Amino acid sequence: MTPILSVRDLSIDYRTRRGPVRAVRDVSFDIERGETVAIIGESGSGKTTLAVSLIRLSPRSARITKGQILYTNARETVDIRTMPEDELRQFRWSECAMVFQAALNSFNPVINVWEQFVDTGQAHGMKDTKKIHARAEELLELVRLDPKRVLGSYPHELSGGTKQRVLIALSLLLEPQLVILDEPTTALDILTQRSIIDLLGQLKRRLGFSMIFISHDLTIAAELADQMITMYAGTVVERASVNDLFYRPRHPYSVGLLRAVPRVSGAMGSVASIPGSPPDLIRLPPGCTYVARCPLAIAACSDREPDLLSVDTPRHDARCIRWKVVAEQIGTADVAVSEKVQTA
Amino acid sequence: MSVVDSTVASEPLIELDGVSRTFKVPGGTITGVDAVSLAIAPGEALCIVGESGCGKTTTGRMLAGILRPSSGRLLYEGQDVWQKKGRELSEFRRAVQLVHQDPYASLNPTRTVFQTLSAPIYRHKKAKGTRDATNRVRQLLEVVGLTPPDDFLVKYPHQLSGGQRQRVAIARALTVDPRLIVADEAVSMVDVSIRISLLNLLLGLRSEMGVSIVLITHDLAVARYFARSGRIGVMYLGRMVELARSEALVADPAHPYSAALIAAIPEADPRITRSKERIELRTAEVPSLLDLPPGCTFHPRCPLAEPGLCDVKVPQLLPLPDETPREVACHVAIRERTPAAELIH
Repeated sequence: MTPILSVRDLSIDYRTRRGPVRAVRDVSFDIERGETVAIIGESGSGKTTLAVSLIRLSPRSARITKGQILYTNARETVDIRTMPEDELRQFRWSECAMVFQAALNSFNPVINVWEQFVDTGQAHGMKDTKKIHARAEELLELVRLDPKRVLGSYPHELSGGTKQRVLIALSLLLEPQLVILDEPTTALDILTQRSIIDLLGQLKRRLGFSMIFISHDLTIAAELADQMITMYAGTVVERASVNDLFYRPRHPYSVGLLRAVPRVSGAMGSVASIPGSPPDLIRLPPGCTYVARCPLAIAACSDREPDLLSVDTPRHDARCIRWKVVAEQIGTADVAVSEKVQTA
Repeated sequence: MSVVDSTVASEPLIELDGVSRTFKVPGGTITGVDAVSLAIAPGEALCIVGESGCGKTTTGRMLAGILRPSSGRLLYEGQDVWQKKGRELSEFRRAVQLVHQDPYASLNPTRTVFQTLSAPIYRHKKAKGTRDATNRVRQLLEVVGLTPPDDFLVKYPHQLSGGQRQRVAIARALTVDPRLIVADEAVSMVDVSIRISLLNLLLGLRSEMGVSIVLITHDLAVARYFARSGRIGVMYLGRMVELARSEALVADPAHPYSAALIAAIPEADPRITRSKERIELRTAEVPSLLDLPPGCTFHPRCPLAEPGLCDVKVPQLLPLPDETPREVACHVAIRERTPAAELIH
């Protein structure tokens, strides 16, 4: 079956006075119908730039320099990159909705929740306010809110968790096939975060949409993702199933990230930071972008940037010429990386 | 690494003795912190965890002596800080330093690293002349891992990464040889990959210089890592509900709220996190500080709440007859975990 979204060789630059910032470079990945993909990476890895470009909401200073964003629905395959503006407006929300990081700022502060639903519905051709009302009630109940209480409220009257729920409900108004969530639980309290994670899991099972979420938080990916993409310095350094990425990572950066997160239950394991900091995206080093921080780097790593190579488990790629050494250290058992890697 | 054991009985360095703090807000007065008592030993690493609005930051600000309690006392080496004046007070101000969450906001953007770090050195007369001050600044930069120091002296905050800025903020706290550092969400804004190195830096200050450190965080995994040989305090709606050795708290929480938090935390391990047992609370609704429920403030949400007890009587933070010293503010936990013989007096 054709993937719902196929991103091919996508590159995005930001114009700055010092020269182009190469925020996203040659990113390719597919999302199947009903699949959840987590894009993980730290600040500056290009994950948010990538996510907003998927619905062409990038800031003016950003420019897609290369690649395709192919979206396939029941009728046709279209390239979002070249889609005319009026079609794009219909595509957003009705085919693909986005839930932003700062849910707090995603509402119009002077209209109540009911009006937010009407605004969004009417902008996308839903004329019948009765229908919008019925749908809003249904969706709010789906995200476990009391429509009677919430619909008349203004954004400032709602707690962070409630706002995030309303926003998720709003994103589902036009039954999109693909939902993009940027840091959906960052800045929420633990118990609220848990309820949002559980909610997203249930919605995905019930409604069957595809989901992309962008996060620096590995734990949410461990909860919700089917497939994982690790980004570093603007490019994909590893693509794997969730179990492969967590138990059998093959890129040293993924290994480093996994070891950097302490756990609450089970053994503490060997926890360590990654030394150094990411490269300057205006002046990228000639070889692998991770070389300066990598404990396994050899001279050949600096020659040229490695391709995404297939590794020892199926549907699993890593941008690392040393992946076999990583494989020797990590092995193939279903055990957390922090429990099997000895501190170098 | 020499680890100072917090269970070793020693005179507390600093102590909150039944402190409360109220705030006037539109709609009335709220009690942000309600009768919290907490003693911190020299060289102890302690974490205070809780969700937003639980009073952890207010508690930290009272510990650092920058917020005056509405009632209760702050004791430094047994003496009431808010009765201190003149030199004694400035000695306390030097001894206790606060590191904030956002180093971009807490560092002056128009000052170089050298200017930021040398100002308190001059003010507290820790150096004679520029050369002495420069050497001291270089030394501090090495301590916080900004090496080679000469690369950093003339940098401005915007030229540093988030982690480097937070290291400068820690170095600034160290300029005056503090005995306690209160770090409020000090690692929350830095990237995951470097969080551990900042925590290790703080832990190193403790083992090498004997500085006590109170880390305030919403992240229990961070708390467990940081306080692995110390204690974690859990706060809920202004009260300390459990105070225990870190491993005991994480492996076997006594308070139902601590248990709910630990059960709710997602883990970076798909198999573990997807099979974790949940604790269902009776409601997700957090009571307003303006209208707190009577008795135990957790009772409307608590799966163990007993009518006639928990909704009537405020539970005190009491020691449990446990293998590790721990205190818990829960009627049910105290009763269930105390051998029957000890309950009959």
